[in-house]
Amino acid sequence: MNIFEKMVGLDRRWVFLFLFVVVTGAYFFRNSFSVNVTTTREVRSIYDFVENLDPGSKILISFDYDPSSLAELHPMSRAILMQCFRKGVRVIGVTLSQYGAGMVEEAFRKFGSEADSLYNTHVEYGKDYCFIGYRPYPGFVILGMGENFRIFFPRDYYDTPLDDLPIMQGVRNYDDIEGVIAITSGTTADMWVIYGNARYNMPLALGVTGVMATDYYPYLGNAIFGLIGGWKGAAEYEKLIGEKDAATAGMPAQVAAHLTIVLFILIGNIGFLLSRRSKKTGN
Amino acid sequence: MKRRVPLAMVFIVSLFMVIQYFVPLDSLAWMYQYLLDWTIIIGVFALLLGIWSLWHVSYGKIKQRAENWQYSIVTLAGLFIMIISGFIPGWGNLNNYVYEHLFYYVLVPIQATMFSLLAFFISSAAFRAFRARSILASLLLFAGLVIMLRFVPMGPVSTVVADLAGWILRVPNMAAKRAIIIGIGLGAMATAFKIMFGIERSYLGRD
Repeated sequence: MNIFEKMVGLDRRWVFLFLFVVVTGAYFFRNSFSVNVTTTREVRSIYDFVENLDPGSKILISFDYDPSSLAELHPMSRAILMQCFRKGVRVIGVTLSQYGAGMVEEAFRKFGSEADSLYNTHVEYGKDYCFIGYRPYPGFVILGMGENFRIFFPRDYYDTPLDDLPIMQGVRNYDDIEGVIAITSGTTADMWVIYGNARYNMPLALGVTGVMATDYYPYLGNAIFGLIGGWKGAAEYEKLIGEKDAATAGMPAQVAAHLTIVLFILIGNIGFLLSRRSKKTGN
Repeated sequence: MKRRVPLAMVFIVSLFMVIQYFVPLDSLAWMYQYLLDWTIIIGVFALLLGIWSLWHVSYGKIKQRAENWQYSIVTLAGLFIMIISGFIPGWGNLNNYVYEHLFYYVLVPIQATMFSLLAFFISSAAFRAFRARSILASLLLFAGLVIMLRFVPMGPVSTVVADLAGWILRVPNMAAKRAIIIGIGLGAMATAFKIMFGIERSYLGRD
C-alpha cells in the first residue's frame, strides 16, 4: 500500500481523534480568537420583524426542540427573547416537543431575569410573557391554535386558566398575534409551514439546526419570512441585538471543526486522485 | 361489515375535512373545532396504547431472555421512574425536585452526548463520501466545501465565499428542493385520495 492509498483508507478513528482534539482545543482557547460573523438577509428579516413591532404587540414563539439540540437552538431562543423583552414585545410561549416543557420554563425564567438586569426591564409572567405548555400531536395542536388557543390549552403550564392571564386577553387565535417564530429541531418545522402558514396564513419564521437549514430555504419569501440556521444564525442574531453570547462564543469551535472536515476531505481527494493516477501510469 | 363501516367513516370524515378547508361556513368551522376536540381524546388513547406496547415488548424480551434483554430493564425502569417522579406533588406542573433533577442531570446530558456524536460521524462520512469520482460528485464536493467554508474567516475571500454559498442555497438548492417538495405533495395527495376512496386499506390491518 503506497502513501496515497493510505491517505484514502485512513482509519476513521484518526478522524475522530483529530476532530476531538481540535474542537476541545478551540473551545478552551475560545477567548484567544474570534470569528467575524456577517449577517444574512434571512436572519436580518426576523430581527427587523421583531424590531418593527410596537411595544405591547404579541407574538407566539414555539420551542419545538429537545435537550439533544439544546446547545444549538437555545442561543437563538435567548437572542430572540432578549430582543422581545427589551422591545416590550409580549411573548406567548409553547412547546410541541415532549422534552421541551422543562427547558422552556427554565429559559423564560432565566432570560427574563437576565433581561431585567441588562435592560432594567421588569419582565412579568402573565403580562409580558406566558408559557402555555406542551401538548402531543403537533399537527393537530398547530391546527387547534389556529382556531382557538383554548382548544388544546385551556390552562397554561402553571394551571392558570388562559383567560386569567392579561397577555391572553383578546387573543383567540393566530389572527390576534403579529406572527409566529418556531424554533424547531424536527418535523414540526414542516407542520408549521403546512398546517400553520398554509392554512392560517400567519407570518411565520423558523429557527432550525444547521443541518436542517438547507431544507427550509425553498420556503423563504413565501411560507416563511425568515430563517435562522444553527449556531451561525444564532451568532448573527446576537450580533444584530448587539449582545455576544453562547453562539458567538461557540463559533471558533464550529469553524475549527469545519476546517478539520475540509482538511480531511482534501486529504482524501488528493490521495484518491494521486493513487488513481499512479494506477494509470502503472507506478 | 367489519371493513365497510371503517371505510365509510374514513370517507365521510375525509370528505368533510376537504369541504371545510375550501368552504368558509360557520357551521363547518364549528364542526371542525369539534373534530379537533376529538383528536385530544383519540390522542390520550394512542398514548396509553404506546405505553402498553412498550411494556408488552420490553417485558416479553425480559421474560424470554431475548438478545440484549438487559436494555429492556433500563427502558422500563426509565419509563416508570419518570412517570412516578412526574406525579410527585411539586410547586407547579413539572416543577418538582426529583423530576427536574432527572431531566437536567440525566436526560439532558444523555441526549446532548448522543447528538454531539453526530459531528464525528459526519466528519468520517464526509471524508469517505466526498470524493471527486465524477463530474457530478465533483460538483457535490465543491458545493459542500463552499457551504462549510462560508463560516471560516479568510479575509476578503470570505465575502466571495459567503455570497457564493448564499447563491448555492438560494438558487440551485431551492430549485431542487422545491421540485422534490412538489413531487412529495402530489404523492401525498394521491395517497390521501387512495385512503379516502378505500383503495389503500393497509391501516385496517389484516383481519
